[in-house]
Amino acid sequence: MTEQTSENVFLQKIEAEIKIEPKDWMPDAYRKTNIRQISQHAHSEIVGMLPEGNWISRAPSLKRKLILLAKVQDEAGHGLYLYSACETLGITREETINDLHSGKAKYASIFNYPTLSWADIGAIGWLVDGAAIMNQVMLTRTSYGPYARAMVKICKEESFHQRQGFESLLVLSKGTEAQKQMCQDAINRWWWPSLMMFGPKDSESTNSDQSMKWKIKRKSNDELRQSFVDMIAEQIKLLSMKLPDDKLKWNKEKNQYDWGEINWDEFWNVIKGNGPCNKERIAARSKAWEEGEWVRIAAKTYAEKKINKQVAV
Amino acid sequence: MMNNNLFNYTLHLADTTLILGQRNAAWCGHGPVLEQDIAITNISLDLIGQSRSFYQYAATQKADGSTEDSFAYLRSEREFKNCLLVEQPNGDWAQTILRQFLFSSFQHLLFQQLQNNKDATLAAIAEKSLKEVTYHLRWSSEWVIRLGDGTEESRNKMLKAITELWPFTGEQFIPATYEENMGINLLSIKEVWLKKVTDILTEATLQVPENIFMHTGGKNGIHTEQLGFILTELQYIQKTYPGCEW
Ligand SMILES: [Fe+2]
Ligand SMILES: [Fe+2]
Repeated sequence: MTEQTSENVFLQKIEAEIKIEPKDWMPDAYRKTNIRQISQHAHSEIVGMLPEGNWISRAPSLKRKLILLAKVQDEAGHGLYLYSACETLGITREETINDLHSGKAKYASIFNYPTLSWADIGAIGWLVDGAAIMNQVMLTRTSYGPYARAMVKICKEESFHQRQGFESLLVLSKGTEAQKQMCQDAINRWWWPSLMMFGPKDSESTNSDQSMKWKIKRKSNDELRQSFVDMIAEQIKLLSMKLPDDKLKWNKEKNQYDWGEINWDEFWNVIKGNGPCNKERIAARSKAWEEGEWVRIAAKTYAEKKINKQVAV
Repeated sequence: MMNNNLFNYTLHLADTTLILGQRNAAWCGHGPVLEQDIAITNISLDLIGQSRSFYQYAATQKADGSTEDSFAYLRSEREFKNCLLVEQPNGDWAQTILRQFLFSSFQHLLFQQLQNNKDATLAAIAEKSLKEVTYHLRWSSEWVIRLGDGTEESRNKMLKAITELWPFTGEQFIPATYEENMGINLLSIKEVWLKKVTDILTEATLQVPENIFMHTGGKNGIHTEQLGFILTELQYIQKTYPGCEW
C-alpha cells in the first residue's frame, strides 16, 4: 500500500469510530502525540502518589490509613497500565521514565502543590480525582485502542477515589471547628489548581485542533472545565463549605455556572517548574529510581542465571 | 472478668502487625520498580488489616469504650508490645526484604498453630490471615534468594542486612509472661523456623549466623529508640486534635 492509501485507511477508521491498534499504520504525528499524552498521563499517576503518600504514615485512623494506602496503590496500578499502553507505540518504560527524570516529559502540574493538612487528602480525592475523571471518561472513547481500554479500567477506580475523598471531607465538615476550618482551607488551596488541570484556554491550546480531528481528544479544555465547575458547585452544597470564587453564580440562560478567572501567570509558572514542589517531586522520583537500580540489576542477573542453569540441565 | 493475658497477647499480635505495616507503607511511591511498589504495599495493607482485627478483638475484651483506634493511637511506647524486629528501619530494599522474610517465616508457623487455638476469635483471625501470610512468605523468600544469589552488590547488601537484623530474631521465641498459657509452642516453632530460614538462606548462597547476642524487650514494652519516632508520626493527628471523628 502506498503512504497515501494507508493514510486514507487510517482516516476512515477514525471516521467510522474503529479503534487504531498497535500494528495498524498510523501517521508519525499521531504516534508521537499519543506517546506524549499517554506517557504524560502515566507520569501524572506516579508523581501523584507523592503528595498523598505524604499522609499515609499520619492518617488519623486505621480505616483511613488503609483507604489512603489502597488509593495510592491504585494510582501505581494506573501508571503501570499506562506505561504498558505507551510501550505498544514502540517506546520502553525505561525511556519514558528517563524523560520524566530529565525534565523532558511533563506531568500534571497539580502535583507540584503541597499537601499541608489531612483535609488535603479528602480535597485531592474529591477535586483532583474528580477533575481527572472528567478527562478520563472522555478518554475511554479516544481513538487509540490500548489507551481507551486502559482508561475503562482506570475510570472505575477513579470514581471510587472521588467518592472516598468527598466522604472524608463530609466527616470533617460535620466535625469540630478546627476540622471545619481545615476542610475549608484545603478546598481554598486546591480549587483553582484543580481548574488548571484542564489545561490552557481553548484559544491558547496548541495541540487541541489536530487531537480533536484524530479523536484523541473529544471535548475541549474549556468544555470539560465547565462541566467540572457545574458538578462541584452542586456537590459543595452538601459540605456546607464555599468555593473560593466570588463570581461563582448560577446562570439561568446558559444553564451553567458563571465563575471567575484562573490565575494564568501561576498556571504557566508551575508548568515552567516554579511550583512549590516541582523540585521535590522529581527529586523523589529520581531517588527511588536510582536507589532501585541495584535491585533491578540483581533481579535481572538472577533471572539470567536461572535460565542458564536450566539450559545446562 | 477480663483475661489479662489474653488481652495483652492480643495487643502484642496487633502491635506487631501494625508496626510492620506502618514501616512497609513508607515504600509506597518509592519502590525500586512499580510492580514491587505495589507488592510491598499489598503486604502493608494485609498487615494493617490483620492489626485491625486484633485491635477490634482487644476492644471487645476490654469493653470499656476502647476502640481499634484508641489502642493504636493513644497508647505510648511503653505500652506497645510489638517485637523489636518489626520496628527496625526500612534501610535499603535488602533490609526491608530480609525483615519481611524473617517475620513472615515466623508468622506463618505461628498462625498455623494459632488457627487451632482454644480461643475461637484468635483462631479465626489466624485462619483468615494465613493465605496472606503464605503469600508474604513466598514473595519475601523469592526476593531473599534473588538478592543473595544476584550480583555481588546485592549479595553484600544482604550480608549487611543479616548482620543488622539477626540479633532481633531471638525475641520471637522467648515467651512473655502473658504468652505462657496461650497454647502456643514457641520452642517447636523455633526449630521449624530455623530449618526454613537455613534452607532459604542457603539457596541464596548466604549463611545463618551463629552465636549472636539476641536483644529482647519489645514484647514487654522496652523498645529500641525507633518506636518513639514511628508512633510520633502515626499518632500525630489524634494527639493534636483529641476526641475527633475522622
Ligand atoms: Fe489514577
Ligand atoms: Fe485516583
